[in-house]
Amino acid sequence: MKWEVVIGLEVHTQLTTKSKIFSAASTAFGAAPNTQTAVVDIALPGALPVMNRGAVERAIQFGLAIGAKVNRKSIFARKNYFYPDLPKGYQISQFELPVVEGGAITIQVQPAKGDPYEKVINLTRAHLEEDAGKSVHEDFHGASGIDLNRAGTPLLEIVSEPEMRSAAEAVAYAKALYSLVTWIGICDGNMQEGSFRCDVNVSVRPEGQAEFGTRREIKNLNSFKFIEQAIKYEVQWQIDEIESGRKIQQATILFDPDSGETRMMRSKEDAHDYRYFPDPDLPPLVISEEWIERVQRELPELPVAMQARFAEQYGLSAYDARTLTASKELAAFFEATVAAGADAKLAANWIMGDISATLNREEKTIADSPVNAEALAGLIKRISDNTINNKTAKDVLKKMWESGDAADVIIERDGLKQESDTGAIEAIVDAVLAANPKAIEEYRSGKEKALNALVGQVMKGSGGKANPGMALELLKKKVG
Amino acid sequence: MSLSQDDVRRIARLARIAVSDDEVQESQSQLNQLFALIEEMRAVNTDGIEPMAHAQDVMLRLREDVATAPNRRDAFQAVAPSVENGLYLVPKVIE
Amino acid sequence: MNTLKQQIDALAAGQTTSVALVSECLKQIAAHNSQLNALITVDADKALAAAAAADAARAAGDTRPMLGVPLIHKDIFCHEGWKTSCGSKMLDNFIAPYSSQVAENCDAAGFVVVARANMDEFAMGSANENSYYGAVKNPWDQKAVPGGSSGGSAAAVAAGFAAVATGTDTGGSIRQPAAFCGITGIKPTYGIVSRFGMVAYASSLDQGGPMAHTAEDCALMLNVMAGFDERDSTSLEHAKEDYTRDLATPLAGLKIGLPREYFAEGLDTEVAAAIKAAVEQYKALGATIVDISLPNTKLAIPSYYVIAPAEASSNLSRFDGVRYGHRTGKTGNLDDMYEQTRAEGFGTEVKRRIMTGAYVLSHGYYDAYYIKAQKVRRLIANDFQAAFEQCDVIMGPVTPTTAWHIGEKNADPIAVYLEDIYTLGVNLAGLPGMSVPVGFASNGHPIGLQIIGNYFSEAKMLGVAHQYQQVTDWHSKSPAL
Repeated sequence: MKWEVVIGLEVHTQLTTKSKIFSAASTAFGAAPNTQTAVVDIALPGALPVMNRGAVERAIQFGLAIGAKVNRKSIFARKNYFYPDLPKGYQISQFELPVVEGGAITIQVQPAKGDPYEKVINLTRAHLEEDAGKSVHEDFHGASGIDLNRAGTPLLEIVSEPEMRSAAEAVAYAKALYSLVTWIGICDGNMQEGSFRCDVNVSVRPEGQAEFGTRREIKNLNSFKFIEQAIKYEVQWQIDEIESGRKIQQATILFDPDSGETRMMRSKEDAHDYRYFPDPDLPPLVISEEWIERVQRELPELPVAMQARFAEQYGLSAYDARTLTASKELAAFFEATVAAGADAKLAANWIMGDISATLNREEKTIADSPVNAEALAGLIKRISDNTINNKTAKDVLKKMWESGDAADVIIERDGLKQESDTGAIEAIVDAVLAANPKAIEEYRSGKEKALNALVGQVMKGSGGKANPGMALELLKKKVG
Repeated sequence: MSLSQDDVRRIARLARIAVSDDEVQESQSQLNQLFALIEEMRAVNTDGIEPMAHAQDVMLRLREDVATAPNRRDAFQAVAPSVENGLYLVPKVIE
Repeated sequence: MNTLKQQIDALAAGQTTSVALVSECLKQIAAHNSQLNALITVDADKALAAAAAADAARAAGDTRPMLGVPLIHKDIFCHEGWKTSCGSKMLDNFIAPYSSQVAENCDAAGFVVVARANMDEFAMGSANENSYYGAVKNPWDQKAVPGGSSGGSAAAVAAGFAAVATGTDTGGSIRQPAAFCGITGIKPTYGIVSRFGMVAYASSLDQGGPMAHTAEDCALMLNVMAGFDERDSTSLEHAKEDYTRDLATPLAGLKIGLPREYFAEGLDTEVAAAIKAAVEQYKALGATIVDISLPNTKLAIPSYYVIAPAEASSNLSRFDGVRYGHRTGKTGNLDDMYEQTRAEGFGTEVKRRIMTGAYVLSHGYYDAYYIKAQKVRRLIANDFQAAFEQCDVIMGPVTPTTAWHIGEKNADPIAVYLEDIYTLGVNLAGLPGMSVPVGFASNGHPIGLQIIGNYFSEAKMLGVAHQYQQVTDWHSKSPAL
């Protein structure tokens, strides 16, 4: 039996407002428990919600960024259920008429097997709602502790159509969405702090079947790795169940990263009867045409547009353009490096290569790079004008990273200029050729690349200072 | 439309209110009387009528995004049944 | 007998002091509250201290007119430092850590709060028999109900515990107790008085308002209570008004609509007679009468008893024993804690309405009940708009009968719901409505006239009531206690 996997994602993004969605309490992370709670957030009797303009602005930004329809009128509804982290006994969300409908995101998929490909994923909707508080996990002698600092933080819940067909596609979508919301600045992207949380709906069906199978929802995945692991486990579990003759029951489940397995959440009977109704404390949200137009004007250049521009303006490949636009900061770094005089292709290679590798190793972002764009441009210019070769440049970069000194300073201080005086290298070239008669023979009999290996020996003989391009030329000239 | 005792128990559960068997019986009969009253409304023709959620045709007013609420934890927790280290305590929450 | 206006004038003229006024209130309370049970909290020391401070401030040059005037708040308005029980065991231990807009406004005006009034639990009731603190007695007949849910406020004013009290009205809870207790009360247009800090029953219907002996007092009080509040998203950005501005406006040319549905079967003959007499008085003052129809009047009952419980069932979910209020002493898991806390904390009527509400919102019933009720609500609002094309104000009885006996209707809660027939539609439409005393039945029970105006016509309605009170004296009668 061949199975098809059907996946949809509901992503909760915490918005970067300073205050909560319905109260003027702060949204800053990490405060002492229950010190960022207003009357509304504790749900004291008589408390009433007042809507945060910044949350609406960010919803509009998102809607426009994905080409969705921003509803001129939308309604807030109460989702009723009991849980200690939900102080009112209902969550204010949007049900029938959300602020954003439709839209699409293009994703780059890296499948397990086969070539990378592009796919367009359609979105169903995005709506505003409030986050719940937190249960603290330590045991207070048989009790749980509730912190309501997070209660009321604005969320944009982003719902995709169930169009993903593999864990790879789901991860690609999550990454693309993550990239977009951080790019336009509506979400700070801090997954450890819970800023970007994914619920994944997974079902399977026999290939060719039109109806969807029964889906189970994996809640609260906050890393791309977990999304992939959880989906893979769940898909196999569902297939095993069906093939053993059992039916899949709709359920909400959790992923346990330690065991790598999904398991049922404690059953919340009637959890599905949320008794949604429009919140009588909140009149309809009306968004004017002027507001939408202003946001449209003020939207930054989005990743897809920037990628196209990079390819054209800097002659970069599509892959390079995409990699460099992984974040707005990285793209800005690249452009600043080029603006400071560096060759675009070299800048791209160095940023995607050594710079990114070192940042990853040190768990830093481009904003924390001790080598800034001007400094990197300074280094690259010395490669372009042949002052140093590529290998030397790698060492210079390392030293720049550690010392904060400019490339020129280090090159001068450590005497690292490459040798471009042909006379000086000739002697070394002769010595190398004398020691490698076989290579000469191979080259003369047609093997074009036979001399390339000797370049390394010339470099070694010159203490790394020989200009490799010049060394190869000399070798070829002397061999004839 | 008539409520059964199971209906009453289910609603009580939704509303998180413990009900004894006597209460279920009494609630059932009173709720059914009320629903008999409500049935009359359902027979009325409301084709083309928009539901009225708000008395006035108002729009949602928006607040500027500033964090101005003071920290009143001590005052708010002075009225709490059970607090430790600034956290509200409840019987263990099992996920 | 003291009215707010008289107290304001006397204080300004130096003819009395706040301490004297407050002491008089406390004396009345001490003499009669144990019989009437109109109050939940009385803090004599706090009140006298505040009175002394008010007198000192006045001597130092503070000229606020209401400075030092005694006031009673319905126990539904949060007031920092005051027990705010909403007539419920659920909040019996709740000392409000913040103040409602209404309480803040009254504090700013200089009122001295003398006591907190008894009420039907969470404002659900029409007789003040649904209070954790016991039934309130009607000062005119202590075997009768005072009306509800603001029964305590109405009884307190009628008994002279204060000249003014605050109340709230969701389906008639200011107007009906005002009628039963022979005083004046007004529920303003929805959105005029802020609901911030006013414990919610049915959010789209609740409004706070004043209760006093006279329309003039109510107008003075409404000036204090009303006003835009940015903390309430349903508060209207309506320009500040002086609700006393039309008190002296003569009534010549006023068109009064009498809905034929308000004078149909079910209306007690003595009530009908008193209303008709009042209408005759209005004719004598220069008004003309127009026969109008509010065809969907009866539908207000089912529509209200779907919408109000639905909103209430959600509003009352916050009472879960976690952050404030009652928590069960029984051990158990989390759900046990919720279920026992709420079973213990809520009275029967509240539980009934929560269950009704949960049901009409539940899966499969929402369209048939809740949405249907909201459509019927619009029909009712449309009826009123059509009527106001033909008249300036609408008049009729507040209730089909006068106050019934305590315990008389306990076996039949639905029968009580039917008594709200004339008041519910006003809340559903969000219109202003008031009650004016217009006589007594042969059993000594007061009768109230309802005046309904179009949106934002409170000043006109208060003027219409005031002009009647200039030529009659029902409002100045006091019960023998």
